[in-house]
Amino acid sequence: MELELRGITKRFGPIVANDGISLSVAPGQVHALLGENGAGKTTLMNVLYGLTQPDEGEILIDGKPTRFGSPRDAIAAGIGMVHQHFMLVPVFTVAENVTLGIEETGRAGLLDRRRTRRGVRELSHRYGLDVNPDALVEDLPVGIQQRVEIIKALVRQANVLILDEPTAVLTPAETEELFRIIRQLRDGGTSVIFISHKLREVQSIADTITVLRRGKVVGQRTPPATEEDLASLMVGRNVQLRVSKTPARPGDVVLRVTGLAVAGEHGELAVRGLSFDVRAGEILGIAGVQGNGQTELCEALMGLRPAVAGSVTLNGVDLTRASPRDRLRAGIAYVPEDRKEDGLVGSFTVTENLILDTYDQPPYASGLNLNLSEIARNAAARIAEFDIRTESGAAPAGTLSGGNQQKVILARELGREHKVLIASQPTRGLDVGSIEFVHRRIVGQRDHGVAVVIVSSELDEIYALADRIAVMYEGKITGFRGPGVPAAELGRLMAGGADDGDDGDDGGDGVTEVPGGPADGEAGVPGSPDSPDSPDSPDSAAEAAALQEEP
Amino acid sequence: MTAPPPAAEPSATPPAAEEAAGDSRHRPFGEILRQSVLEGNTVTVTVLALFTATVLGGLLTAFTNASVLHAWGSFFTAPGNAVARAWDAAAGTYVALFEGSVFNPHTVAALFQQASLPVAVHDGYLSAVFNPLSETAVQATPLILAGLAVALPYQAGMFNIGGQSQFIGGAIMSAWLGYDVSMPFFVHVVVCVLGGFAGGAALGWLAGEIKARTGAHEVIVTIMLNYVMLYLLAYLLSSPSLMQAPGSPNPITPPIASNAHLPLLAGTHLRINAGFPLALACAFGVWWLLNRTTTGFEFRGIGANASASRVAGMNVERNWALVMAIGGGLAGLAASTVILGTDFTLNPQSFGTYGIDAITVALLGLGRPGGVVAAGLLFGALHAGSPGMQASTGTPVQIVQVLQALIVLFVAAPPLVRAIYRLRAARAGGVGTTMSKGWNA
Repeated sequence: MELELRGITKRFGPIVANDGISLSVAPGQVHALLGENGAGKTTLMNVLYGLTQPDEGEILIDGKPTRFGSPRDAIAAGIGMVHQHFMLVPVFTVAENVTLGIEETGRAGLLDRRRTRRGVRELSHRYGLDVNPDALVEDLPVGIQQRVEIIKALVRQANVLILDEPTAVLTPAETEELFRIIRQLRDGGTSVIFISHKLREVQSIADTITVLRRGKVVGQRTPPATEEDLASLMVGRNVQLRVSKTPARPGDVVLRVTGLAVAGEHGELAVRGLSFDVRAGEILGIAGVQGNGQTELCEALMGLRPAVAGSVTLNGVDLTRASPRDRLRAGIAYVPEDRKEDGLVGSFTVTENLILDTYDQPPYASGLNLNLSEIARNAAARIAEFDIRTESGAAPAGTLSGGNQQKVILARELGREHKVLIASQPTRGLDVGSIEFVHRRIVGQRDHGVAVVIVSSELDEIYALADRIAVMYEGKITGFRGPGVPAAELGRLMAGGADDGDDGDDGGDGVTEVPGGPADGEAGVPGSPDSPDSPDSPDSAAEAAALQEEP
Repeated sequence: MTAPPPAAEPSATPPAAEEAAGDSRHRPFGEILRQSVLEGNTVTVTVLALFTATVLGGLLTAFTNASVLHAWGSFFTAPGNAVARAWDAAAGTYVALFEGSVFNPHTVAALFQQASLPVAVHDGYLSAVFNPLSETAVQATPLILAGLAVALPYQAGMFNIGGQSQFIGGAIMSAWLGYDVSMPFFVHVVVCVLGGFAGGAALGWLAGEIKARTGAHEVIVTIMLNYVMLYLLAYLLSSPSLMQAPGSPNPITPPIASNAHLPLLAGTHLRINAGFPLALACAFGVWWLLNRTTTGFEFRGIGANASASRVAGMNVERNWALVMAIGGGLAGLAASTVILGTDFTLNPQSFGTYGIDAITVALLGLGRPGGVVAAGLLFGALHAGSPGMQASTGTPVQIVQVLQALIVLFVAAPPLVRAIYRLRAARAGGVGTTMSKGWNA
C-alpha cells in the first residue's frame, strides 16, 4: 500500500500545528518523522489516523484521495497506530485486549476465545514477538505491552503501522528488540512510520527521514545522514551534540557514600551496599538500565527514603539521618528524575517554583512573612539568566514546555549555595536544544568546583558529561570506568557482567581522568562489583554483606 | 558559562503561539471579558449554577403550590391563568426571601409613619429596617467560619469532613467556660472564644495527626470523630454531674454568663454581634496566611503537589496536622459565635447542620476565603429569609434546603452547567474537578 500526504495543514486557533506537510511512504519502508517536541509530529499522525480532520490537504492511498472521519475509517484503510501511552486494559489478557472491539463470536454469540488466541500466537510466531496470549497485560513489562499494541494493529490488517515515540519507555535492550521486530515487519511488506526525536535511533532504523520543524517539512534525508546535519535541521541552527569540556580537575572528596543500602517500594533491597566518592570539580556518571536502584539511590541521597545501612557524608559531615531540608541546607542541589512529580508544583507560578526550597530563607522571608518583592526580583533575575521561556513569572509552571520546566528547576537549584549537584535523568524528554543547554550548565557547575553526580540511562548523556562512570546493576555498582570506555564494555556491565580486569581499568581511569590526583584510583573506586565486602570501611562492608543475606 | 543567545534558543512553543500570546496583551478589555466568560471559567460556572438553581427552585415552588396545581388542571381552558399563577408563586417566594434577608419596603413605610424620628428609633422601627441584614449576618457568621474550616485544609490537600466534631468540640469548650467560670466583661468573652478555637483545634489536630502518623485517610477519620463527638456531647448534656443544667429535665447546659456574650453591634433590637466582624477577620486572616506567609506557602505547595514539596524540604506530615488544627479551630470559632452570640446555651440542636453546610459553603466559595465569605452570606441570607417566606407565601422552609442542594449540585458539576449553556471547557479544571481531587489524593 502506497500512502501519500499532500499539503496537510492543521490549525488550532491561531497556532498552525501542521503547515502544508507533504510526504509519501512506500510499501515496505521505514519512514522516520524526526522533530522536536511541538514540531507537529503527533498532530500529523492524528490527522492520518482520523483523530482530527485536516483544515487543508488530502490523504492518498494508492493514489486515491481518502477521507478519515474517525480512527475506524483509518483502521479499515489499513492504518494501525501504537500510541505513546498504550491503550490496553490492564486486567485483561493479551488475547482479550487484541480482540477487544472486533470480538470473534462463535455459535450463540459466545466469544470464540480459542480462535483469538490462535491468531495472537500465529502473529507472535511469524514476527518473533514472543507474546503469550494468556498473560495478563498488567503483569507484562512495557516492552511486551508495546508488542501487544503492535499485534492489535496487525490483527486489524494494518499495512501502515504508526509508532509514536515508541522507544521513550523502553530500555536499550528492549529498543534493540523493537528494532528487530520493525525490520521483520518491513521485510514482510508493512510500512512503518516511526516518530521520534532521538537522532541515533532514527539513524539506525529508518530508510527515509523527514524532518519537521514548527509544523513544516524542513528536509528529507536518507541514512547515513550525519547526526549534526539532522540536529541542525531539527533545531534550525547548529547545535553541539556533545558539549565541549576540558579535563576535570578534581579537588577533595566532597560527597562520600559508604556501604549504602536502601529499601525499595515493596520492602525489598533496591540499593544493596554501594559505595562511591565524588570530588569537587568532577562529574560522576551513574549509568545503568532504568530500575536498577538508581531512583532509590537518589532518594536516599536526598533523605526522601531512609538508608537501611551505610552512610552518606558531605565534607566529612554525616548526613545519613538528616532530613531533606537539612540536606538542602547542607549544600546539595537536586534535580529529580520526575520533574513534574518531584521537581515542580505545576499549579504554582514560575516565580513560586523558583523559591520552592528557599521560601523560608532570607531574603525571601522574614519571620512568617513572605517578601513578595524580593521573590519577584529573584524570579526576574533567574528567568533572564536561564532564558526561561514563559509568558511571565506568573504563569503556572505546568504550562511550560519540558525544557523550560527543567530550566526552572536548574535555576532554582543552582541559584542557591551548593557544593554537590545530584541530577537524575536531567534531559529526559527534552529536545536537542534544551539538552545542550542543560549539559552546558552541568559542565559549568563542575568547572566551578561543584561535585556532580549524574544518573542517566542514556549512554550518550553519560559519555557527554561523565569524568568517571559507575555502572549500576541490581542495586550494586558493577564497575567504575574512565570516560573513554567502549560502549560494549558498559553494556556488559549494565547487564550485570562480571567486572574482570577491574584493577587495571581503574588504574587506567586514574591516569586518564586526573593527571594530578593519583589517589583517586583507590579512594574513588572502592569496590569490585559483586563483592561489596571491599569498600573503604570494613565496618560498613560487613553491614552491607550482612544485609544482603537478609532478604 | 553564559546562556546561549536568546534568539538562537529554540522554543517549544511554535512561533504562532507566541504571537497569539503577545496579541492577548493588546486586545480590548471587552473582548477579553467576553472570551473569559465564553471559556466557562469557574466564576462564570458558579454564577450560572446559581442562576440555574434559582430557576429550578422557582419551578419547584410553583409546582408544589396547591393553587398553581389547581390552575394547571384547567390549563387547556385557561392556559394564561396557569402560567400566571405559577409565576406569582415563584416570584412571591423569592420576593419573600429577599424581604426577609436583605430589605423589606414595608419596614421603611412603617418608619416614616411614625411621629418623629427619635421616637421611631426608640421604638425599634429603624432597627426593623435593618433587621433582615442583621439576621443575614448572624446566620452567615458560623457558616463563614465553618466554611473556612473546610476551605483552608482543602488548600493543603485535606478534605475536612469533620466540621461537625470540631464544631461540637468548640461548643463544649465555649459553653463550659461561659457558664462555669466567672470573669470580668471582655476578658471572659475573649477567653470563651479562644477556648472554642482550642476545642475545635484539638479535634482537627487529632485527625491530622492520625493521618500523619498512620496514613489513615482524613475523610474516614473525621467522619468517625463526628460520631464520637456527637455521642460525647449527648453524654455530657445528660449527666447532671457534668454539663447538664441543675434541675433541668432537658439535655441543656446552664445559661452562658452575660459577661461571656459576644457584644452586640447595633443596639438591643438587632442580633448582629461581634461574631460577624470576627468571621470577616478570620477570612482575611486565612487569605493572609495562605498568600503572604511561609506557612501558607507550605500548605499550598503540599496541597498542589505533596511529593515535590517533600523534595523541596517541607515536612508534609507536620503541615497536615497543623492545617487541620487551624481548620478545626475555625470550626470551633463558628461554635463560639453560635453559643456566645445567639443561643447562650448548649443543647443537642446547637450544632445544627453546620458540619455539612460548611462543605457546601467551601465548595460554592471555590475553596477561597473571599468566595467562602460570599457563599456564607448567600446561604445566610437564604436561612434568614426562609421563616418569613414560609409565613407569607406558605412555601415550606425546606425549599431553601432544596435550593442550596441544587446550587451545590450545579457547582459540583461544571460540565453539566457548561453543557446547558454551551460554554467551551475552561482550560483549568473546574471547581468540581479540584474538589473531587481531594478524595483521590
